[in-house]
Amino acid sequence: MEEQYINLYQQYQEQIKGHAASVMNESRDASFGLFEELGFPTSKLENYKYTDLTEPLSIEYGLNLNRLKIPVNPYEVFKCDVPGIHSYLYFVLNDGFYPVHDHHNDELPKGVIIGSLKDVAESHPELVKAYYGKMSLGKKDGLIAFNGAFAQDGFFMYVPEDVILDRPVQLVNIMRSDVDFMANSHNLIILEKGAKAQLLVCDHTMDDVRFVTNRVTEVFVDENASYEHYKLENTHIKTTNLSTLLIDQKTSSNVLANVITLHNGVTRNTIEIDVDGEHCETLLCGMVIGDKKQQVDNFTSIIHNKPNSHSTELFKYVLDDRSKGGFTGKLYVARDSQKTQAYQTNKNILMNKTAKMRTKPQLEIYADDVKCSHGATIGQLDESAMFYMRQRGIPEKEAKLLLMFAFTADVTENIRIDALKDRIKMLVEKRLRGELSKCEGCVICQ
Amino acid sequence: MRPIPNIMLEIKDLHASINGKEILKGLSLTVHPGEIHAIMGPNGAGKSTLSSVLTGNPAFEVTHGKVSFYGKDLLELPPEDRACEGIFLSFQYPVEIPGVSMVNFMRTAINEHRKYNNLPPLSATDFLRVMREKKELVEMDNKLTNRSVNEGFSGGEKKRNEIFQMAMLEPRLSILDETDSGLDIDALRIVANGVNKLKSPENASIVITHYQRLLDYIIPDFVHVLYDGRIVKSGTKELALELEKKGYDWIKQEVDKK
Repeated sequence: MEEQYINLYQQYQEQIKGHAASVMNESRDASFGLFEELGFPTSKLENYKYTDLTEPLSIEYGLNLNRLKIPVNPYEVFKCDVPGIHSYLYFVLNDGFYPVHDHHNDELPKGVIIGSLKDVAESHPELVKAYYGKMSLGKKDGLIAFNGAFAQDGFFMYVPEDVILDRPVQLVNIMRSDVDFMANSHNLIILEKGAKAQLLVCDHTMDDVRFVTNRVTEVFVDENASYEHYKLENTHIKTTNLSTLLIDQKTSSNVLANVITLHNGVTRNTIEIDVDGEHCETLLCGMVIGDKKQQVDNFTSIIHNKPNSHSTELFKYVLDDRSKGGFTGKLYVARDSQKTQAYQTNKNILMNKTAKMRTKPQLEIYADDVKCSHGATIGQLDESAMFYMRQRGIPEKEAKLLLMFAFTADVTENIRIDALKDRIKMLVEKRLRGELSKCEGCVICQ
Repeated sequence: MRPIPNIMLEIKDLHASINGKEILKGLSLTVHPGEIHAIMGPNGAGKSTLSSVLTGNPAFEVTHGKVSFYGKDLLELPPEDRACEGIFLSFQYPVEIPGVSMVNFMRTAINEHRKYNNLPPLSATDFLRVMREKKELVEMDNKLTNRSVNEGFSGGEKKRNEIFQMAMLEPRLSILDETDSGLDIDALRIVANGVNKLKSPENASIVITHYQRLLDYIIPDFVHVLYDGRIVKSGTKELALELEKKGYDWIKQEVDKK
């Protein structure tokens, strides 16, 4: 499987580098070397036990290494806005940042830079150089190494000291291709001291072909900064989304990450949050609604390197048909990280006997004055609640729906943008009703 | 002389079991509109099984007998249809449903009832108005209806919430299963008041209770003693007083002698 990509790289590395910024090329060969050594991860690896990529990676995909223009203007066709949410809207089309249409976005607060990683790496090389790859490079992970070798562009966001982004930023990843296609992109997000930003990432597919996306996102959250990251996955069953989210938190910073998988084929989210400062707040949530043959694996780690910080983790899955879910919650508390408080919960509902869930809390605690807890449950809908509702005249199907919706409520409650919360609740309800929960009015998804 | 009312509920020779164990062993009972029937009996006699079977709890299996409700075969209907036909159970142990708000729950229930009876859904303003009226009827705190169904309610609040739901759904037949258990005297009075205010010549109640206490507030027309899965004695409200004084042993002896 790896062979074709190794050949591809060796044959086309000049083109790959020629269409990327030099800052990104500096580490490219090293990443490629690491990929040659590691290959794609298989379920034999401890960290990939619940992800099986054999089938999706056995297919031959096209890559757009020469950055050929894709004939679609997302600003014109994409109307999937969340009603009531006034955002700064950006697109990554397949693997490249789509040029901004200024009239669609109001002027950003002073000093904020949002754009193509490749362009900013050329216009502000020092800024990008100081952060790019600081968390991802050298990680013993085949997908991250592959991304380091092949990614040429991505989304870039920089919020300077004490600047508050007054509105959420929306990044829409759109996959558009006539042939089976693979996209690699690298996103870089930097919040300086006291900065504040909310980012909503949506994944969408436009065509009925096989897609693989392999995206790495690095987020640097400096002292007293506050960052919210929402990810909404709503694509088709032929899509494989491989996503790595790496967040670094400095003293007194606040991070909320909420990853929601409503519909997809194969999903692998690797999320790692390094709490590198004291008095940090971290909230990591996620939700999965799976059916058919969907496969969703959330592999999460929260690393407490400093004392006095709090983290909470909450993941909920509703699985039907032959879908498979996986969850790993790694929690690492370093020896000197006293007074750490870390709580982890993973609750799952299996709607039938063929759905499968595997969950693994993994706590490594080396400090002795901490409060940590974890809990994982796998069960069915509460029979007594079902009967209670039916006795009030609510049909079985509707009662199930209300219970499933209620089950996921504490994850959707952790969305701090009201318009987005309402929208996602509505999408969740539609999804649970078995209606295709594409955004209404979205031309692309229709 | 009262005109002979038509029959609301007719139970004939009902046998039912749970996990293969027979609990009801040939129970018969007839209820007419406007009547209040009290069902009393010692623990394990099958009182709660009767309410479960009448409302269609899937945990119980009916092995023999007939139940008709205004001529319809009740046992053929799923629980939600029985509810929409007008049968309401005030649960002995109301279930907590975290994440489902009382308002949403009640609105869904009411509109399902209306749909069943070919009526359009209630408008939001009408719904809230009805809700306010019924809350007053059972003296229910506003903050309770803003919460999830029964979540964090005290025992008394849960029972009051049952009567509130009964008021909202206006059933033809209400079954009160041990509604008095766990209630202090004030809560008991409020719950009983609610039930009495809802009484009409068109609807009927089956009051299941272990003690006579509740019947001081809700005056039954008939009192039945359930023992070992059958009704072994029927009478008027004086029978309840007699049971309170003498206990159940004399009835057990009487039955076991036969």
